[in-house]
Amino acid sequence: MAEVRLDNVTRQFGSVVAVNAINLTIADGEFVALLGPSGCGKTTTLRLIAGLEQADGGHMYIGDRDVTNLPPRDRDIAMVFQDYALYPHMTILDNIGYPLKVRGTPRAELTKRVTEVAERLQIGNLLQRRPGQLSGGQQQRASVARAVVYHAQVFLFDEPLSNLDAKLRVEARAFLKRLQHELDVTAVYVTHDQAEAMALADRIAVMNHGRIMQLGAPLEVYRRPQNLFVASFIGSPPMNLLPCRVDLGARRLVFAGGAALEMTGMMERLPASLRDGEMVTLGIRPEHITIRETAGASTLPVKVYVTEPLGGESLVITQMGDLLISIRLFQDEPPSLPDAVWLELNMTHTFLYGAEGELMR
Amino acid sequence: MNRMSPLARAGLFLLAILLGLFFVLPMLWLITAPLNPRTTLSVTLPSQPSLDNFRAVFDNGFAIRALLVNNLIIGGGAMVLVAVVATLASYSLSRTRVPGSKLLVYVLILFSSVVSGTAAMVPIFLLAYNLGLINEHIGVILVMTGGLLPSAIFIMRDFVDSIPRSYEEAALVCGASPRRTFWDVAMPLVRPGVLVVAIWAFVNAWGAFLVPLVLLRSPEKMPASIAFYSFYTEAGTPNLPLVSAYAFLYTIPVLLLYLIINWRFGFRFFGGIKR
Repeated sequence: MAEVRLDNVTRQFGSVVAVNAINLTIADGEFVALLGPSGCGKTTTLRLIAGLEQADGGHMYIGDRDVTNLPPRDRDIAMVFQDYALYPHMTILDNIGYPLKVRGTPRAELTKRVTEVAERLQIGNLLQRRPGQLSGGQQQRASVARAVVYHAQVFLFDEPLSNLDAKLRVEARAFLKRLQHELDVTAVYVTHDQAEAMALADRIAVMNHGRIMQLGAPLEVYRRPQNLFVASFIGSPPMNLLPCRVDLGARRLVFAGGAALEMTGMMERLPASLRDGEMVTLGIRPEHITIRETAGASTLPVKVYVTEPLGGESLVITQMGDLLISIRLFQDEPPSLPDAVWLELNMTHTFLYGAEGELMR
Repeated sequence: MNRMSPLARAGLFLLAILLGLFFVLPMLWLITAPLNPRTTLSVTLPSQPSLDNFRAVFDNGFAIRALLVNNLIIGGGAMVLVAVVATLASYSLSRTRVPGSKLLVYVLILFSSVVSGTAAMVPIFLLAYNLGLINEHIGVILVMTGGLLPSAIFIMRDFVDSIPRSYEEAALVCGASPRRTFWDVAMPLVRPGVLVVAIWAFVNAWGAFLVPLVLLRSPEKMPASIAFYSFYTEAGTPNLPLVSAYAFLYTIPVLLLYLIINWRFGFRFFGGIKR
C-alpha cells in the first residue's frame, strides 16, 4: 500500500497532448476512478502510472519513491487489463502464478498461493484449464487473481468490466468493491461508465482533453459540478443546461423566446462579479423540476415532447424553443399531461455557469 | 448460390476434373516412375515394380552427399537464420515506435521483388568473391537468407501486429524484464508465425538452383538441385529412371518437415483474447 502522486505529469503524442500537466494525489488505501469520454486521457494517465508510457514532463511518486523513470516491473504495481490479457498458452494456474514465477517463488509455494487466491475468487476449480475454456466472467476473475496474488502496492484497473454483459457487470462491480475493502489497497480505476465510477470510487477524477475537470467524492461531484463539462457528463439523464441572460434590475433570468425566471432563492449567493446583461447557463438536474398545469409566478412555459417510462421512474422530456428539458419523476407510470405545461424549478438546486463554463454559484 | 442447370453442373465438374488431373499427374508420375525400371515421361503402372532405381541412386555418392549433407546444410542454415532474424526484426518493427518503420518495410519488399534473383547475380557474385565466400555453404546461406528476409519480415510483422500488446504489458507490469517477456509471452504467441516462415524459408533454400550454381565450385559442395545433372549422359539426355528416383528422394524431407511440424505444433493460430 502506498500513496500515489502525480506532479505536473504531461504526455504528448505528436502534436496531441493526451495528458496535460496533471496533478493528482491518491491517498494510501484510496480508490480513485478516472472518468471521462473516450480520448480524454484517462487511459494514458493510468498507463503513465503503470510505466507503460513515458511521461514527457512532470514527476510521479509511489510512496516516497520517484518512479518517473522506472520501468513497470520496478514500480510494484498490479494491473487488470480491459481484454484481461491472460496468456492463452498457459493454464489458469500458470497465468495467475506468473508474477510469482517471475519473482523466483518456488513451485510448491506458488501453487499454494495461487490456489488460495483462486479459491477466494471462486475460480479454484478452473486452475488446470486454459483461458479459452473460461467464460468472460471467469476470465475477468482470473485476471484479477493474477493482480492480487503478489501483493503489489498499487492496483490499476483499465476498464476491467467493459467486456462483461450488463448483469455480470453489476456482480463484478460489487465483487471488486468488496475485494478492494478487504485488501485495503490503493487503486486507480479507469472507466467511461459513470455508474461504475460512482459505485466503486472513494473519489472521482472527471477528465476531459487531458485535464482533470473535477476531483471529488462521487456525491460531491454529482451535487456540485464545478464546470459545464462535469455538469453535462455526470448524471443520467444529464443536468439540464439552459442558456439565459442576467437581468439584475428585474432580478430575473431571461431565456431565448422571452420566458423568464425570478432569481429569488439564489440572489444571496450570487458572485459580486455578475454583471447586468451577462450571458450565463442555468443548470438544474431533472429531479429538481416540478411540472405544473397552470402558469405560476416564476415558471417556464414548455411543450411536452415525449414521456419515457423507465421502470422504477419515468422521464418527461419537454421543449422550450429548441431546448429540450428533461424532468425525472419518481413514479413508474408517466403522468398523462396536456400538451402545454409549466415548469417550476427548485432554485436552491440550480447552478449558474459563466461564459467560460465555470461554476458561479 | 443460384441453382445451376444440370448441363452447367456437368461442365463445372468436367473442368474441375481436368484441373485436378493436370496437377495430380506429375505427382502420380513421381510415385510410379521411380519403381519402373524402364521409366518414360508417361504415367504407367510398372509391370514389374522394383527398387533398382533407388539402389542405383544410392550408389551415386556424389548425388547422395548433395542431398543428405549439402542440401540439409543450406536448407537448415537458411531456415534457422531467416526464422531468427525475421522474428527479431518483425518484433521490433511491430513493437517500437520508429518513425518511418512502415515505409521501410514496404520499401524492403519492393526492392527485394524488383532487384532480386537473376538481375542481382553479378553484384552478388562480386560481393561474395570479395568477402571470400565463393565455394562456401555459408555464402549460399547468406545470399538465400538475404533474398528471403524481406518477405519473411513482411509476413512475420503482420503476424506480430495481430497479437495484442496487452499480453506483453501484463507481463511487464507484473515484474518480468523485457527479455523475459519476449521469451515467456511473446515467443509462444508468435511461434505459429515463426514456423510458417521457417518452413517457407527451408522449402525455398532446399529448391534453390541458381544461387548455389553461381556461388559454389566444388562438386562435393553442390546441393541436390544441381546434382541432378549427374544423372544426365554427357550428351545431355537424362536417365529418367534415376532422375525420377532422385526427385522422389528430393521431395521427402520437405514433406516430412511439414508433417512433423504440423503434428507437433500445428499451424493453428491462437485466439483467446476478449475483444
